[in-house]
Amino acid sequence: MSGLSSIPVRVAADGDACHGNALAILHEVRHALERLISTGEATRIDLHALPFGAGDEAWLTALLGTGEVLATIEALGPTSVQETAIPGVWLVDYRNAEGQRLALHLEVTCIPAILRTQCRELDTAVATLDTRLSTATPGGSHPLS
Amino acid sequence: MRVFEKNPLEKGLAERLREHGVSRRGFLKFCAATASMMALPPAMIPAIAAALERARRPSVIWLSFQECTGCTESLTRSHAPTVEDLILDLISLDYHHTLQAAAGEAAEAAREQAMRDNHGNYLLIVDGSLPGPDANPGYSTIAGVSNYAMLMEAVEGAAAVIAVGTCAAFGGLPAAAPNPTGAVSVMDLVKDRPVVNVSGCPPVPMVITGVLAHFLTFGRLPELDEYHRPLAFFGQSIHDRCYRRPFYDKGLFAETFDDAGARAGWCLYRLGCKGPSTYNACATMRWNSGTSWPIEAGHPCLGCAEPRFWDAGGFYVPLSVPTGPAQDYLLAAGALGAVVGGVVATSARGRVKAEAAVRQPVTVEELEQKL
Repeated sequence: MSGLSSIPVRVAADGDACHGNALAILHEVRHALERLISTGEATRIDLHALPFGAGDEAWLTALLGTGEVLATIEALGPTSVQETAIPGVWLVDYRNAEGQRLALHLEVTCIPAILRTQCRELDTAVATLDTRLSTATPGGSHPLS
Repeated sequence: MRVFEKNPLEKGLAERLREHGVSRRGFLKFCAATASMMALPPAMIPAIAAALERARRPSVIWLSFQECTGCTESLTRSHAPTVEDLILDLISLDYHHTLQAAAGEAAEAAREQAMRDNHGNYLLIVDGSLPGPDANPGYSTIAGVSNYAMLMEAVEGAAAVIAVGTCAAFGGLPAAAPNPTGAVSVMDLVKDRPVVNVSGCPPVPMVITGVLAHFLTFGRLPELDEYHRPLAFFGQSIHDRCYRRPFYDKGLFAETFDDAGARAGWCLYRLGCKGPSTYNACATMRWNSGTSWPIEAGHPCLGCAEPRFWDAGGFYVPLSVPTGPAQDYLLAAGALGAVVGGVVATSARGRVKAEAAVRQPVTVEELEQKL
């Protein structure tokens, strides 16, 4: 079985199920934002490891809203990086190849680390481009994709 | 804390992943999942990445004794990393008689070979309790060898022992009264090697992999509590991390499984929840790929990660009612006769009275003032 989605279970609608546990996290985010502004220090909060009840996470993400940036990274399964409506507050959702969540982080930073080009991989950047240039045919099809 | 030897010629995890086409971002993602799995804050991710780059594959020998295979079932339901990652990339699982392809003499030969090749450095994982040295060894044998003899032989060359599940950690169901097989825990027998207890019936799968990941990442075992359980996962009670805790603090309890309080998700304390006296990571790591956990499903915690939970009284009896010694004494009184019984019952009542005298009653209003 690849996941729970194949089990025909319907989750009952539970619109008002927020247990109030997300409020403390929002205050922590506020402190993290102040720290980011004053010192530049970034903060990551692992939402997947918090004692949320049904509805708490949905309430938190709804309150933070949706911002302008949404990026998807394909590495060991999809990772979505979404800036919330609060500038500098990002939701990073790590999932495995089967779509199961591995971790859900709130990052308070200017740009999440996983979005940046990784310095370790710059070592091979020139060599990779050189390889492609050496086999490239002007006006022809791209040698590699 | 002992730091284990690593072969300097062996490739680190990052290099092995790179050879498999995993990018640096993929590696960082792996580290983020590992931090979450080890219950470490995300700020530790760079340190975890640096450590995992150098991590080597330890040999792991897994022995299963008097158990139901639920612990292995739990591990194979772990999703972060997948068990395939764990087994093929992170550890060298050289013997596990449920999962391995080999059987019979070939399987036992593989175990003996791994023990010889990695003497002093392999991790020994045990699930299930075993008949103690004074019990009849015939209750549980593998390939004609008693569990006791096999354990003590394997412990000889082990760097550390991880007892997975409440049976291995504390005796569990086989050791419950009247303990017909004379079952004992791993900790009862192994005194000269570090023993980590990952209790639970079964343990939370992410906790099993989290302990292994900690060993791989830092090359040593995690910090332990008084029952040899990793503090990162067993440091806080279910009650302290329960999302229903605000209802407890407000005095809002479900009284039956189908009343309005139960439907509203109120605290299950009065339905026998053992969350206040149980230490485990269910409330945060959850089960079934993080979907839910027993209390979220509406059932009280049974306390399965604690010693003697089978014999600790009714699962649906609230904790505030004395369930253990007092009732035992009263039953004994009935068997032994009125005179002796009277003395024992008086003693039991005395214990309850003494405990009540030192109890600090706290009202809901006082609790709310403290919050």
